[in-house]
Order: sequence, then structure tokens, then C-alpha cells
Amino acid sequence: MKWDEFFVTGDPMIYGADVSIVLTMVGILFYLTRYKKWKWLWTEWLTTVDHKKLGIMYIVSAVLMLFRGGVDALLMRTQLAVPEAKFLDSQHYNEIFTTHGTIMIIFMAMPFLIGIINVVVPLQIGARDVAYPYLNAVSFWTFFIGAMLFNISFVIGGSPSAGWTSYMPLASNELSPGPGQNYYLWGLQIAGIGTLLTGINFLVTILKMRAPGMTLFRMPMFTWSSLVTMVIIIFAFPILTVALALMSFDRLFGSHFFTLQGEGMDMLWANLFWLWGHPEVYIVILPAFGIFSEIISTFSKKTLFGYKAMIWSMLLIAGYSFLVWVHHFFTMGSGAAVNSVFSITTMAIGIPTGVKIFNWLFTMYRGKIQFTTPMLWSLGFIVNFVVGGVTGVMLAMAAADYQYHNTYFLVSHFHYVLIAGTVFGCFAGLIYWYPKMFGYKLNERIGKWVFWLFTIGFNVCFMPQYFLGLDGMPRRVYTYSEESGWGPLNMVSTLGGFMMGIAFLVLVYNMYYSFRFAKRETTGDAWGGRTLEWSTPSAMPPFYNFAKIPEVTGLDHFWRQKQAGKVEKLTAKDIKKIHMPSNSGVPFIMGSFFFVLGFGFVFDWIWMAFLGGIGVIGTLIYRSFEYDDGYYVSVEEVLETEKISK
Amino acid sequence: MQRLKPFLTFGLLMAVFMLSGCSDMVVLDPKGPVGEQQKDLIMYSIWFMLFILLVVYALTAFIVYKYRDRKNHKGYDPDNEGSHLLETIWWIIPIIITIALAVPTVKTIYSLEGPPEETKDQKPLVIHATSVDWKWVFTYPEQDIETVNYLHIPEDRPILFKLTSADSMASFWVPQLGGQKYAMAGMETELYLQADEQGTYEGRNSNFTGEGFTDHTFDVMAMSDEEFEKWASETNAEAPELTKEQYDKLMLPGHVKEMTFSSTHLGFVNHVDEADYAIKARERLGYEPLIPHSKAAKEKREEEKKKKQEEQEESESHGDSHAH
Repeated sequence: MKWDEFFVTGDPMIYGADVSIVLTMVGILFYLTRYKKWKWLWTEWLTTVDHKKLGIMYIVSAVLMLFRGGVDALLMRTQLAVPEAKFLDSQHYNEIFTTHGTIMIIFMAMPFLIGIINVVVPLQIGARDVAYPYLNAVSFWTFFIGAMLFNISFVIGGSPSAGWTSYMPLASNELSPGPGQNYYLWGLQIAGIGTLLTGINFLVTILKMRAPGMTLFRMPMFTWSSLVTMVIIIFAFPILTVALALMSFDRLFGSHFFTLQGEGMDMLWANLFWLWGHPEVYIVILPAFGIFSEIISTFSKKTLFGYKAMIWSMLLIAGYSFLVWVHHFFTMGSGAAVNSVFSITTMAIGIPTGVKIFNWLFTMYRGKIQFTTPMLWSLGFIVNFVVGGVTGVMLAMAAADYQYHNTYFLVSHFHYVLIAGTVFGCFAGLIYWYPKMFGYKLNERIGKWVFWLFTIGFNVCFMPQYFLGLDGMPRRVYTYSEESGWGPLNMVSTLGGFMMGIAFLVLVYNMYYSFRFAKRETTGDAWGGRTLEWSTPSAMPPFYNFAKIPEVTGLDHFWRQKQAGKVEKLTAKDIKKIHMPSNSGVPFIMGSFFFVLGFGFVFDWIWMAFLGGIGVIGTLIYRSFEYDDGYYVSVEEVLETEKISK
Repeated sequence: MQRLKPFLTFGLLMAVFMLSGCSDMVVLDPKGPVGEQQKDLIMYSIWFMLFILLVVYALTAFIVYKYRDRKNHKGYDPDNEGSHLLETIWWIIPIIITIALAVPTVKTIYSLEGPPEETKDQKPLVIHATSVDWKWVFTYPEQDIETVNYLHIPEDRPILFKLTSADSMASFWVPQLGGQKYAMAGMETELYLQADEQGTYEGRNSNFTGEGFTDHTFDVMAMSDEEFEKWASETNAEAPELTKEQYDKLMLPGHVKEMTFSSTHLGFVNHVDEADYAIKARERLGYEPLIPHSKAAKEKREEEKKKKQEEQEESESHGDSHAH
């Protein structure tokens, strides 16, 4: 490895990125030092085990990744705006669509939702933290380190360029040599550990830490969707872990699981990838469904319609999610019987999903609908997601899929479900629970601008792509000829893409604007909510969430209490000392060692990977000898925080 | 309603704008029975989907308009939490729609596994299509000829493509003739296609295969039976033989122009049994895969860019001399 190959050189855009990365780092270091924030950073954030703070860190990272993935998208759209453009060459374009896909799914959509789950679920079930707060911090830091490892690839060593699906044998040493593909393998592997741990953590939290009286069928729909998601994670992520490990063996140690030589089986990778990959798309859609359920119910001022049907349809979707993976490669020639079975199972997913749509619509029926921004995003979800849904059913029809496969028709379909579903859900959830996280709402007027700009831009960007697909435009081409006739629709699509980019900037501006000028909330119930997270006396719950664990008597407990005028007021005699977990710097340090390990493997520097591995194991051993059972918050401190006089 | 107006107008405009180009879209303008069946299935499903969209949008518009929060709000019922009748309806209707879509889908899937109904008595023409980064090698075993990056086929006769790949996973697709299928190393997949009209159709690999993927294309020329026979026998008599050295050179990643040979590669290698043939051929020829961001790879890319530009300029100047 020569040094001129270690750093990516030769492209002015990359040099620009280098400069901005260095400047940002210097800026942050300067700020922290100048305003003496190092201690604050360490004690308040880097060592925290508080689920709300970890959730906020997840969301902040996800927004950063949305920016990164969005810039990738706009670079691609710029290149495709006109035929035979010379803005990006093939290699560069391939790297960009690979990082765009991987970042948006693994490092944006999933952490965004996991962030919201972190903030909201313990509050919704009336718990003081998650079941394993320390593990929660490990989850976050492995995710964050995985994301950082993956992200530095474009300035150090070169990014992966075999697509986010990384089909073999294209992703093998013979066809994709160098560190690029290794970044994919190790970035995902390290982040994947965190996701699996989150799955276990929240499954236990939801099953074991609900407030007294909250039976499973009294849980808020968002908590239900999180529970189902965690079950999917626990079953799906081990498949990814194994598949990535096998490919790493192929690339680093010369094994032949998926390679051309030694009777490797490239189709096996495709199967393993989608055995995880299909459940993965449900991992990023079900929590969004939960978010919409909460919001639609809140702003229709009405109970969710068909609560049990919502749960059963979600469980059905979760089950189906493991039975449809072959629809990602109907064209592999598995035979008529296999394709027919998977066609039917895939179409069948449309049934419970359709049921959910109707249940949302009838939640609004006989309601009193308020058009707040979270509600606008939810309505936008219904209107746009249905387009993605019906085209999904079209793609499920294998015989027709032979014509849609690998085209822009498919690209448009999955952006219609992932943006109108997941991204709309993330935005809706962020705005809805923003006052819970920061104590004030985002500005509604600017928020509506964001919604309309983004939604219109989204349709202008992706609607034309259905037609490009039917006109035979394959996905992942870096350019196309004038004669193909794809120019005009591509130009329209690019304009839409930039509109979405502008909407994102306005959203960020809204965060700044609201930070400066928004009215601070004085109660915990910013929107007239229905579930326990709104029942805390202060806008932002204290670190122990509830001074007294609530007792639940039914669905929408808090709403019913308010209706009956029987909201409990805390008195001094309710307060007992509270047991809380201690902060720990070990998860952060463990994450740093994971970085060393991953970076070593990326460049095939086994000694470095070895050192990193020793570090990781060292932190595990250290932890197992640590006798820290947490601490008690005294009654006096609780009284003071809750502003209750004795 | 006022709120929804701009949205609806916009949607309508988009729809008109795009549907006007429908008939020109290649997938909906098939030139053979395979593509025809797929187009029929697609159009059949599109009507269902438009119906579903209509129902959902009408219902959404009605509910959102009627139950918006306003003065003199009527019909508020905060505890309305379900209805067995309604819920049964919206479980059953999607099930019926799914069945209505599944039946023709399964029928078409089975029908596409064999030759088209109308010509199933004819003996299909067998062509092996082999993908090598980033070219297509076509073998006509009965005619004992081989072509690179172009195909000649007789019209009105089923063609049985036997697909395989010498390296990365590719997908053989001629949109106007019918849907695609993967070509994979160490595997053989079969695909029936047929052209009912003479003409030239664009074919390509649609599955991402790396740097040269975009230009991984070929032309299909459909002609009358006599013309095809004439071309085949002439090619067999006049074209040069394919040597093993030459074939090995084809195994190197890159693009080549169209080529024609009067013998096939099936004599030296069957990629179905020898998945690593191309990798070994590359080793024999001293080819080393380059790390994309290494100096050598960058120099090579620059060189290729220059070469492409020169070629373009050359062909342009040729065009000029013709005009004069």
C-alpha cells in the first residue's frame, strides 16, 4: 500500500471534501476547547446510558447521514440530468450509488427509527430506562463507529462500488480488488452488532418493563410496532452477520463460499443477502407505521380504529417478511413453481398492508382532524405510500417482473415506499416528539413549507422514473445516449431531487429557527397526546422519566384520565428513592477499539485488526469485573426536580 | 377541498403528461409473443391498481374534508374504535383482488417457461449467450458460428437462449422481445424469446457488473428465415475461425467491437462446468485487476478516456468527408 493510494487523490470534489472535513474537525475542537465543553461532552453525552440522550444521538447521526446520502443522490441526479453527461465517470458514479444505498438504509433509516424508539418506547410503557442501559450505549457506539468507518472510505482508500447488494462474484477480490468492498463488509458488520443488541434490549424492555396494568393489548401502537420490529431484527440480523463473515473470509483469507473459483456459489450470497434484506425493509417500515398510528389517532382526537386488526396485520406482515425474499430475483431462473409461490406470498403482503391503510382512514372517520405538520406528513404518507404499494404488487407478479427487474420502475417503487413510508415517518415522528426531546416545538409554518416542498419534489423526482423504467432504462447506468429518449424525464426527475434537497435545508433551518425563537413548552403534553410519554409534568422528562411509575387501566390511559378530569397530581408521599444505572465510558472506548479492528481488516493489516480485537475483548473483560450496580436518586433530589414542596 | 386542489391538479397534469408517451415505451410496445404476454399482464394489473388508487384517494379526500376540525363540526365520535362489518369488507376485497391478480400471473409464469403457444411445434433455434465483462458472446451450435455483441435471429421462430456467464452475474434482456433472465457463472439458465417483426432491437445486460456495465449492450437483428440461413451459411464459410488465444483475449474485462467467427468456443470450454475459466485465462495472459484508486488504474482510465475521445473525433471527421 503506497501513500498515494491510501488517500483518494485526483478529484477536485474529493479535495473539497478533505478540506471541509478538516475544517469541520478543527471547528469542533476549537469550539469545545474555547467554551470548555470537553467535560460536558464526556459526562453528558459520550458516557451516557440514558435512553433519551442515546436516542437523540442516534437521530443526530441519522440526520447527518441523511445529508451525506442526499448529497450522493444529488450528485447522481446531476450526472443523469442530461444524456452523455461527463460530470462523473463510471467508477465514481458506481461508488456514489453504492454508498447512497448503503448509507440511506443502514446508517440513516434504521438509526433514525431506532433513535425515535429509544426516546419514546420506555416513556410510552412507563419505564425509567431500557432493560440493559449499558448495552444500549454499546449498541449506539458500534452503530456510530460502523457508520464512521464506512463514511471515511471516500477519502481514504476509495469507496465500495459493487452496489449496496454487493452481489458476488462482482464483489470478490478478482472483480473488485482493494479496500473499498472491505469497508462495506466491516462497516456493516460492526453496525450490525449494535442493531442485534438493540433488538434484544428492546424486546426484553417491552416484555418485562411495562408499567403495572399495561397488558400487551393495552400497549400503544408505536410500542407494538417496535416490539414486532425487534423480533424481526433478532431473526434477520444473524443472517447478515454470517453472510458478511463468509464474504470477509472469501476476501481476506481466500475461502470460496461465493467466488468463481473453488466451486463457490454466487447465488448463495444473493439468497442470504435478501433473506436478511427483505425483513430489513420491514424493520424500517413497521416503526414508521407505528408512528403514523400514534399521530393520526392524536390529531383526529380519536381512538385508533381496529386496534387488534392493526396488531394482527403487523404480525402477519412480520411473518410474511421472511417468506418473500426470492421476489428480489425472480429472474434467477428458479423455475415456475418457485416463482409462483413467491409471487403469491409477496402479493399477499398487500392484504394486511391494505387493511392498515383502511384502518388509518377510518381512524380519521368521525374524528376532529387537525392539520398539524406531523399530521400532514401522515396524510402525505397515505397518499404517496399507496402508489408504492400498488406498484409493489405489480412487481410481485413474477411474469411481469421479468420486464421491471433492474429498471427505474423498481427504483421508483422502492423510493415510493421507503421515502413516503420510512422518511415521512421519521420526519413525522421527529416533529411530533420534538417537544419531548427538546422542550419546544418546531415552527409549524416553516414545517408546512418543508412538507409541501419535499412532497412535491419527491413526486416530481420519482413519478417520471416509473415511466423511464417502462421505457427500458436500467438502474445503475452512469449515463445514457441521446437516442434513448430518456433525457427529458430524467431532467424533470433531477429538478424534483433538488427540490427535496432544498426542503431538507429548510428543515435544518427550522431546527435553528425554532431553537432560537420557539415558545418553550410549559407542560409535558404538547399536542394533546393520548399515551404515557405525554403524562410527565415537565416538557422534557427528567433522566429518571417518572417520579412515580404510573398505573395503567386501559388503552390510551392518559387520554382517558384527561377526559375524566382525573389526572393524578404527584404529592410528596408518592416519592421514593429511585434506582438508576451509572454512566460508563467503556462503550465508547469499546467502539473505538472496534474502529481499529475494522480499519485493520479493511486494509488487510492483520496486526492492527488483532490489536483492535484485543482491545474489544479487554473492554468486555473489564466490564465483567466491574461491580457497579448503579445508584439511588434521593427523595430530596426527586422532589426538587419535580418542584414538589414537602 | 380547497386544500387538495393544487395537489389534484398537479397529479392530473403529471398523469396526462406521462401517459401521452405510453405507447412509445418499449416494454409496452413488444415485437414478439413473449413481450406481448407480459404487456397484457402489465396492462391488466395497471387497471386494478388505478381502481385501488381511485378508491383510496376518494375515501381519503372525503374523510379528510368532512371531518376536518372546524366550527359547527358534526359527527365527532371519539370512541368509535372499530366495526366488524367494515373490517371484514377490507380484509375480503384485497383477498379477492390478490386472487384475481395471482391467477393470470401464475398462468403466465408457467407459459413463459416454454416456447410461445403459436410456434411451439417448430424446433426452436438454440443460441448460447455468454456474458463476459462487458461483452456478450453468442454461440450458434447448429450453425457452428459465433458472434460477439450482436445477434441475428429468424423471425416467427422461437429462440431458446442458453444463458451463462464467464464472470459476474449478468442479466440478458431485450425489452421489446420479452423479459430478462440472469446469466450466471457455473450455471445455465434458459429463456425463450421470439420476434414477430423484422427489425433491429436493443439488448443489454441489465444487472450491474461494474465499471463497464453501462455499455454492456448488443443489437438483435430479426430477419426472414431465408435471410438468416443465408447469413449463417455465408458466415460459416467466410468468417475466420475462433482460436483459443483469441477467445482467451475476450475473457479480459473491457469492451470490444462486433466480431464474427466460423467456429464456437464450446470446443475449448463450457463455462457451465468451468466457472473459473475466465479468471484462469486472465492469469495466463498476465492480467492483474487494478485497485480502482491506485495510480495505475487512474492512468488506465485516463488512457481509455483519451482513446474514446479520439475514436469519436475520428468517426465525426469520417462523417464530414462523406458529406462533402
